[in-house]
Amino acid sequence: MNNVSRDYMIKLLEKGKRIDGRRFEDLRKVEISYEISKHAEGAARVKFGSTEVIVGVKLEVGKPFPDNPNEGTIIVGAEMLPLSSPDFESGPPSVNSIELARVVDRAIRESHAIDLEKLCIKEGEEVWMVLIDIYTINDGGNLQDASALAALAALKQAKFPSYDGKKIDYSKKTGKLPIASLPVECSVVRIKDKLLSDPCLDEEKMMDARLTIGITENNDICAMQKAGKGIFRFEDISEMIEVSLKNSEKLRKLLK
Amino acid sequence: MYSKRLDGRGFDELRKIEAKLGVVESAQGSAMFRIGDTIAIAAVRGPRDLYPKFMQNPKRGTLRCNYNMMSFSVDERIRPGPSRRSREISLVTENALMPAVNLSDFPNAVVDVFIEIIQADAGTRCAGICAASLALADAGIPMRDLVCAISVGKVGDKIVVDLNKLEEDYEGGSTDMPVAFLPRRNEISLLQLDGEMKKEDILKALELAKKSCEKILEVQRNVLMEKYKNE
Repeated sequence: MNNVSRDYMIKLLEKGKRIDGRRFEDLRKVEISYEISKHAEGAARVKFGSTEVIVGVKLEVGKPFPDNPNEGTIIVGAEMLPLSSPDFESGPPSVNSIELARVVDRAIRESHAIDLEKLCIKEGEEVWMVLIDIYTINDGGNLQDASALAALAALKQAKFPSYDGKKIDYSKKTGKLPIASLPVECSVVRIKDKLLSDPCLDEEKMMDARLTIGITENNDICAMQKAGKGIFRFEDISEMIEVSLKNSEKLRKLLK
Repeated sequence: MYSKRLDGRGFDELRKIEAKLGVVESAQGSAMFRIGDTIAIAAVRGPRDLYPKFMQNPKRGTLRCNYNMMSFSVDERIRPGPSRRSREISLVTENALMPAVNLSDFPNAVVDVFIEIIQADAGTRCAGICAASLALADAGIPMRDLVCAISVGKVGDKIVVDLNKLEEDYEGGSTDMPVAFLPRRNEISLLQLDGEMKKEDILKALELAKKSCEKILEVQRNVLMEKYKNE
């Protein structure tokens, strides 16, 4: 980011203003839509302002891990498509896309959002594998929160295909995926000494650091991730959690 | 005998087509193209500097296409990342679009076209090309013509246009022939065939493809006119 824009944004922040006119704690307009791909077991598109991601859930039958023979598995992947930003390049997953996927995974896993025991078909031999794939469509900042919300929305939609012990019939859907909690993620960035929720792209580019907080419907914090090279002060943390608790409720209300 | 199409369409009838511009806000140009249950989006980035530098062409800009299917676009999940199939389709897509663009004003630069298939029901490369052509126009890249693409072929004993997945998998035999046209210049820029067909049938199918591309062109032109009528 060039110095002119940077100085301008800092000047605004000192006056208590953000470049897109929001207050520090405000989210952008968030929209969720469904019916993305009829071949996905569940899918959702989420927009945070100009930021847009699509998440699809596929279900497959596989072997459980030996240490959890009666539990299904979750795999989260993220593709930061070069279509979605001039800064993304094709090729093997970048470290940023790995972080994006892992932080989404963390909130889902740690809050037990999916009841994994109900995914067991035959203990030690066959379980359902939940494959969650995130694709970025437009990076306008804060892909993290948009991806987490889209993943949850897609999981809530997801239905099992029918399985007769030999073959999966994807054309026939049976029951819904067992969802046990509703974790959403809220990110706050620090620029100078200001804390801004749901950063837009320019804010993200000039941030010192970002904190992503995963929050369940009981206001439990189920995941955190500090990103970026800068620092937070101690008092920042409670302020960031406080504002994120409020925002997380707003996000959860948008879910079907 | 394939006496009636599985989805009830006429043999020369396309599935419902829908197009939309500006689906990726930060891109120079972008478009969605939907035909039946196949949905493609395309975004254009550039002209921008091409790296590594030895790949630059000092005479004209380079067109680079990337076709990808999202993992959940089909029933059996596709492993994310490039495959042999997607690389080949990226290449033929590039070749299908190249004759339509004029990049002589952009030496050393690259125009990137990214195509993503969100939902697949056959004909994805053609839908991708139609979307890409719209995205290039939307980006203001100098063009000689639009590009319209459609798959034709033979299902059982009938020449048909715009095969869906059920028809591609038809047990009485199915041949798929994707075609791309530059309609104003009346040129073909993509032609592939998967299956078996006699020469006469191929010619008939080509005619059918050409006729069908007029309908696609109309949709493409309408959506562009809509956005740029005041410019």
